Amino acid sequence: MTMTAGNTGQAIPHIPPKDIKRSGLNILIWAVIMGLLVMSWEGADMRPMELIENSENMVQFASGFFPPDFLEWKLYVSEMWVTIQIAIWGTALSILCSIPLGILCSENIVPPWVYQPVRRVMDSFRAINEMVFAMLFVVAVGLGPFAGVLALWIHTTGILAKLYSEAVEAIDPQPVEGIRATGANGLQEVIFGVIPQVLPLWISYSLYRFESNVRSATVLGIVGAGGIGMVLWEYIRGFYYAETAAVMIIVIVSVSLLDILSQRLRKMVT
Amino acid sequence: MLAVDVKGLSKTFLGDKKALNGVSLSIQEGEMVALIGASGSGKSTLLRHIAGLIKGDSDGGKVDILGDSMQVNGRIAKNARKTRSQIGVVFQQFNLVTRLTVLTNVLIGLLGSVPRWRGTFGLFTQDEKTRAMAALDRVGIADHAGKRASNLSGGQQQRAAIARALTQGARLILADEPIASLDPASSKKVMNTLERINKEDDITVVVSLHQVDYALKYCPRTIAMREGVVIFDGPSAELTPDFLRELYGDESVELFADPVESKAPVSAPVREEELALAAG
Repeated sequence: MTMTAGNTGQAIPHIPPKDIKRSGLNILIWAVIMGLLVMSWEGADMRPMELIENSENMVQFASGFFPPDFLEWKLYVSEMWVTIQIAIWGTALSILCSIPLGILCSENIVPPWVYQPVRRVMDSFRAINEMVFAMLFVVAVGLGPFAGVLALWIHTTGILAKLYSEAVEAIDPQPVEGIRATGANGLQEVIFGVIPQVLPLWISYSLYRFESNVRSATVLGIVGAGGIGMVLWEYIRGFYYAETAAVMIIVIVSVSLLDILSQRLRKMVT
Repeated sequence: MLAVDVKGLSKTFLGDKKALNGVSLSIQEGEMVALIGASGSGKSTLLRHIAGLIKGDSDGGKVDILGDSMQVNGRIAKNARKTRSQIGVVFQQFNLVTRLTVLTNVLIGLLGSVPRWRGTFGLFTQDEKTRAMAALDRVGIADHAGKRASNLSGGQQQRAAIARALTQGARLILADEPIASLDPASSKKVMNTLERINKEDDITVVVSLHQVDYALKYCPRTIAMREGVVIFDGPSAELTPDFLRELYGDESVELFADPVESKAPVSAPVREEELALAAG
């Protein structure tokens, strides 16, 4: 009664032969990767032996960080809070700008003569690090957190617009077609057909960028754009390693807490 | 007035495949017409052209809807948006925005007729909401108005899509395989709904179907297509199984693949045998 593969009486199909073209390509890819690593050895000034030879110095340097000195913890916490506030405003402004810009980057919504130039502008926002923007804005609006907000705003807009548009390009076109068929105009198609579909992803991306922006904002202070980075930089420059350790712990704890919180929120929306 | 007037419509997709080849047909207001044919015969493509969702070839004929031009020689007419608002389209996959409520989905049908700014911000008046609820009531799913569309069954979603077309005030409903992904019970409800609005509201209905028996049961007139050409256009009563077999050849097996009812005896004994096998 039972059926097995063997007793059907038919010949078992042949195992397909190895694809020579594909395995050749595999070898080539590995050769290129290895070649790149060897080629970059000198340029990157790789000296692994020194890690062992100078291990005594390293131990001495590391011991300077212990025990961490939390004497001025109130300053650290308030500066950390400033850092988070910079991230909040930087992210909020970039979300506002990325909604229209993300739509204008999407090839399933707008014609090439719109999305190509908008994408190139977004590329340039992304290509330049927020630290560089921060240095420029410090010159433009003076030292302090506002320069940091502006730097995060520009850089994050470049990133979020790209992420938003990728979500838009992956939507199911059928509901949009359904709305178009009712006689709705283009903007209405986007508002009722596209945005409800991408909203969970957009929220998720935005929260993820907020996490990243808190991390970025901790170093913006080094170029004078406010927050905990300024404190950190002063301590490192002055060889106050015990205090540096304390600040680093504050940063690690706050960033971890925010990561966990935002991860929870992201799980809730998707 | 003619609800649909298609003359010499052709469409060539990439790779030289003629999806439509000189299709001409006209449908009077108030008719209920079935469009049948095997997969790939051009039914959906034709309906999409009639709805003005895709353009025909640049030398590919014209489509007029209720006296207004929809497209001529591969160009969508300037006032297509206005013409489209008279057409309700019902798709195989329902095409509702599943994350919005059923009521909002039905209100979307009004976007073509309410002032643009009000539609854009989703500000609908109490009166319009009442109209949408009345439409939902007519298709029998008013109780589900506040639910997200994704929480409805396929048949309910399809009826919500019909409610959207009703709210839109459509004079012509194009239904593209509306029951192809539904079970027989839901299929019947959807077809009954279409039949009712055709009879009670005098709305013209063009429905493409995969199963010929539904065409025979619900539509007085049938248009059959094969490889982008209309090969039959006349009273559904003339469509005998023999005639269809002659018309479609081997493909007729596919056309009769999903019997509406009372064709069960063929499959019942097999099932009993299977059960016996499983028990043994």
